[in-house]
Amino acid sequence: MTSTDYPEGSGAPAPAPRVPAPAPQPDALATELGLTGEEYERIVATCGRTPSTAELGTYSVMWSEHCSYKTSKIHLRRLPTQGPQVLVGPGENAGVVDVGDGLAVAFKIESHNHPSFVEPVQGAATGVGGIIRDILTMGARPIALLDPLRFGEADDPVSRRVADGVVRGIGRYGNAIGVPTVGGEVDADPCYAGNPLVNVLCVGVVDREGIQYAKAERVGDVAVLIGQRTGRDGIGGASVLSSATFEDADDEAGQAKRPNVQVGDPFAGKLLIEACLELYQRRLVSGIQDMGAAGIACSTAEMASAAGLGMRVDLDRVPLREPSMESWEILCSESQERMLALVHPDRLEEVLATCRRWGVDATPIGEVTDGDRLVFTRGGEVVHDAPAASIAHEGPTYDRPREPWAHPHAHESPDADEPAPADPIADWLALLDHPRASDPTPIAEQYDSAVGSSTVAGPGGDAAVLRLPAADGTPGVTLRGVAVATDGNGRRCALDPAEGARQVVAEAARNVACTGARPLASTNNLNFGDPTRPPVMEAFARTIDGLGEACRALDTPITGGNVSFYNATGGTDIHPTPVVGVLGAIDDVTAAVPAAFQRADDAIVLLGAPTLPGLAGSLWLWHVRGRLAGALPAIDLAVEAALQRLLVDLAGDGLLASAHDVTDGGLAVTLVESAVHGGLGADLTPEPGLAPHQWLFSESPSRAVASVAPGDLEAVREAAAAAGVACTDLGAVATAPRLRVTGLGDLDLGEAQRRRQRGVARLLGEPAPADAPTETAAPTEAPAPAQPDAPA
Amino acid sequence: MARAASIPGMSRRVGVVQFPGSCDERDAVHALRLVGGEPELLWHADADLRGVDAVVVPGGFTYGDYLRAGALARFAPIMGAVAQFAAEGGPVLGICNGFQVLCEARLLPGALTENATLRFVHREVRVRIEAATPWSGDLAPGATLQVPIKHGEGRYVHPDPDGLAAAGQVWLRYDDANPNGSVADIAGVTSAAGNVAGLMPHPEHAVDPVLGGTDGRALLAAASPAATHA
Repeated sequence: MTSTDYPEGSGAPAPAPRVPAPAPQPDALATELGLTGEEYERIVATCGRTPSTAELGTYSVMWSEHCSYKTSKIHLRRLPTQGPQVLVGPGENAGVVDVGDGLAVAFKIESHNHPSFVEPVQGAATGVGGIIRDILTMGARPIALLDPLRFGEADDPVSRRVADGVVRGIGRYGNAIGVPTVGGEVDADPCYAGNPLVNVLCVGVVDREGIQYAKAERVGDVAVLIGQRTGRDGIGGASVLSSATFEDADDEAGQAKRPNVQVGDPFAGKLLIEACLELYQRRLVSGIQDMGAAGIACSTAEMASAAGLGMRVDLDRVPLREPSMESWEILCSESQERMLALVHPDRLEEVLATCRRWGVDATPIGEVTDGDRLVFTRGGEVVHDAPAASIAHEGPTYDRPREPWAHPHAHESPDADEPAPADPIADWLALLDHPRASDPTPIAEQYDSAVGSSTVAGPGGDAAVLRLPAADGTPGVTLRGVAVATDGNGRRCALDPAEGARQVVAEAARNVACTGARPLASTNNLNFGDPTRPPVMEAFARTIDGLGEACRALDTPITGGNVSFYNATGGTDIHPTPVVGVLGAIDDVTAAVPAAFQRADDAIVLLGAPTLPGLAGSLWLWHVRGRLAGALPAIDLAVEAALQRLLVDLAGDGLLASAHDVTDGGLAVTLVESAVHGGLGADLTPEPGLAPHQWLFSESPSRAVASVAPGDLEAVREAAAAAGVACTDLGAVATAPRLRVTGLGDLDLGEAQRRRQRGVARLLGEPAPADAPTETAAPTEAPAPAQPDAPA
Repeated sequence: MARAASIPGMSRRVGVVQFPGSCDERDAVHALRLVGGEPELLWHADADLRGVDAVVVPGGFTYGDYLRAGALARFAPIMGAVAQFAAEGGPVLGICNGFQVLCEARLLPGALTENATLRFVHREVRVRIEAATPWSGDLAPGATLQVPIKHGEGRYVHPDPDGLAAAGQVWLRYDDANPNGSVADIAGVTSAAGNVAGLMPHPEHAVDPVLGGTDGRALLAAASPAATHA
């Protein structure tokens, strides 16, 4: 193809004379594609005739829950999205925030929950690929990934298979595409056994002036399909997989959906990244959109509609893996590693040559037209002719019925009625083998967290800290950086969706603040059950309220995200599980504060709210006592905001040796992590007025444990007093490998670490290190080599 | 045999080969600059080394590591020039995927296969110097260094590891624990002449104090201004 196929300035070629042929048995097809009767009638009215098969295909995927947000839209509008730091908010492929020095950072979280259950390795891998392309579409070089994961429990073989496959899939794709995986989280709960949650957050860096938009600019610009050939993989992935529940876990229906899962090729993805970044850098494209859900249909409709223009695409030009593909299949295919770029005809040759140099296919398939029609032709016939906006931006919205979300045990009082442990130290140890409290190394080791030479703090800390590379990827040019953390807590959100959501935002932002970075903005992935069940919709609405309040109070506007409904199998919904990612900025990454204790004799203080009774929804109550119950203690967002400002200020003044957030498992987990990571112990005195197990395991909000050089302690106390934040002495860092708690006893940290190593290892089906033979594997034989030696 | 030696103290031009699917080429450039070298990227499709003083084949997943890790990259036009440069005694270093490429290109002995654990592994390891190369400069055998590994196919195999050691071609061994099942704990080897070296650990990821340790600098000595060709 050359530019001569699209004469300059000619506008649209003469339209083919015929209207698309009506689909045979259109209403039956509409039902099969997941459209309701009302939605079908609306399509008929919009088209003014019986829609074609291709049109029904396009509308069905674009109006699917996954693509259209038809159920969530009216609630999402209540979220705060504005702020001077926000350069691009929701609506584009990813949010972009200003981090200073002319640099901007794009970030967004997405889910690939349903595909990851059907086919764990490819489902997770393509989830990584999809969010990377969202960041790339903004003009940004992807520089980091975080993966918040949720599975069923380790004693369930299906959950182990899924967990192992998902981790392999993330590694296989993320490692090979050269984007480091620097953090995330993992949780296990029976509610995720049939619906694992695979959320992926990607961060990218872009020059402020280099941000790209998914919007057509000019009539006559050529639409160039860049990347992989289009095949039958993933057809209807968005509508068939992600917009309906599964009848049963791992059943035949689930198996039958396997062909709807896309197949990823990280090598093609890597070339696509490099090719696109070169196109941007040379300013060769006027608009670009990735092809994820709903493929060509989605990218053309969205770019045309955003500009109030039309587009005309000749489907005969689309390179196919299988020539027998029907028009609707070409439109709805979710084949991976494809982008649609809009290019001025004068620059077309240069675009094609650049892609050729990277070994990436690039094919002109159509052009931007005057008017508002999205026209697809095949074999000279018009197969699709409908207003782009009606497909992309004017789909149906629903205010689905709601009924109160009432957890059956939310009104109980475990602080009062749960018997205290006879031996709190034994309970302390027992807590540590839940994946939530465990050592994440068995997962983190399967990921490359170092490529790019930007990772100052990788997996295992409160937040990942990245030194920003230049927009061209050159590392080491600045000390300016960002910190990113993700958090979610389905069990607490199940007890109280609004309060749980407030605390999830607070925790993610506090994680960022603990490193010394100032929280700037947030993204969220809202994982919920079946929205046609009124209590689920109510939980969703209350979650939005909670997220909104917390993001306003902490000044972390939401710049984008994702909603994943229908996480329900066999009539059981998952816990409401909002997962929040917060991004913060730090001027000098060498001043970033670690979570680990640094030196013996440093003072240990609790900053923020003092510890209050807070066993409701705690990990101890769940994991050690097998009970999910209680009313969550309410967070005071003013206290939280003051604590976060204090943490950032103290870090900026170099007064913190370490800082670590207190959440899952309470002080019991926080203190173990700070000690184990630092290879140190501590001598501690509990706060007064609490039973020992309450002090250890309470998850009351707005707390962080800091260690401080003795000479800095007075300055820290004064700063805390000035900020109106409590600073409570807990004790001091010690060299002996134990946590010695006055009046309670000693926790041996060697024993604690052995417990910590079990949780995640068991979840992946690995023998726990403590149970494994001590000798490292040595091969017994060596296969024949390629060649004994080489000429030199 | 040696090419024109650089003048000690002069900055050394080091070519870093970029293949489709290379991932750690920017990291290598960053590291080589930190040790005082003058790095530049070399494009796989050019059969020209542009007169550099040393060559690094970086980590990554060239051609997706499809077929076998490194198996396709050996056919790239630039590899002929690299082989010629190596034959003339020029210092060549393959890191991780670059090590795999050099083995596939038969510039280094042995081969790299899937880890014994069948999992990708990224962790800090301690390696022990066993022989001299231009890349480890004057580091004496027995010295140990902490550097990261990150690979899925790093299990070194060779039919005669003792013979290889006797020939002075075992450069590095894993010192404490063998992370991938490599024969005789081998982490890095050299060509018979010693100027071509390959290793699974990533010295370029242990050079910058902002990011962690700096032991890796000692394995990039051939790029530093003081170096002359062996």
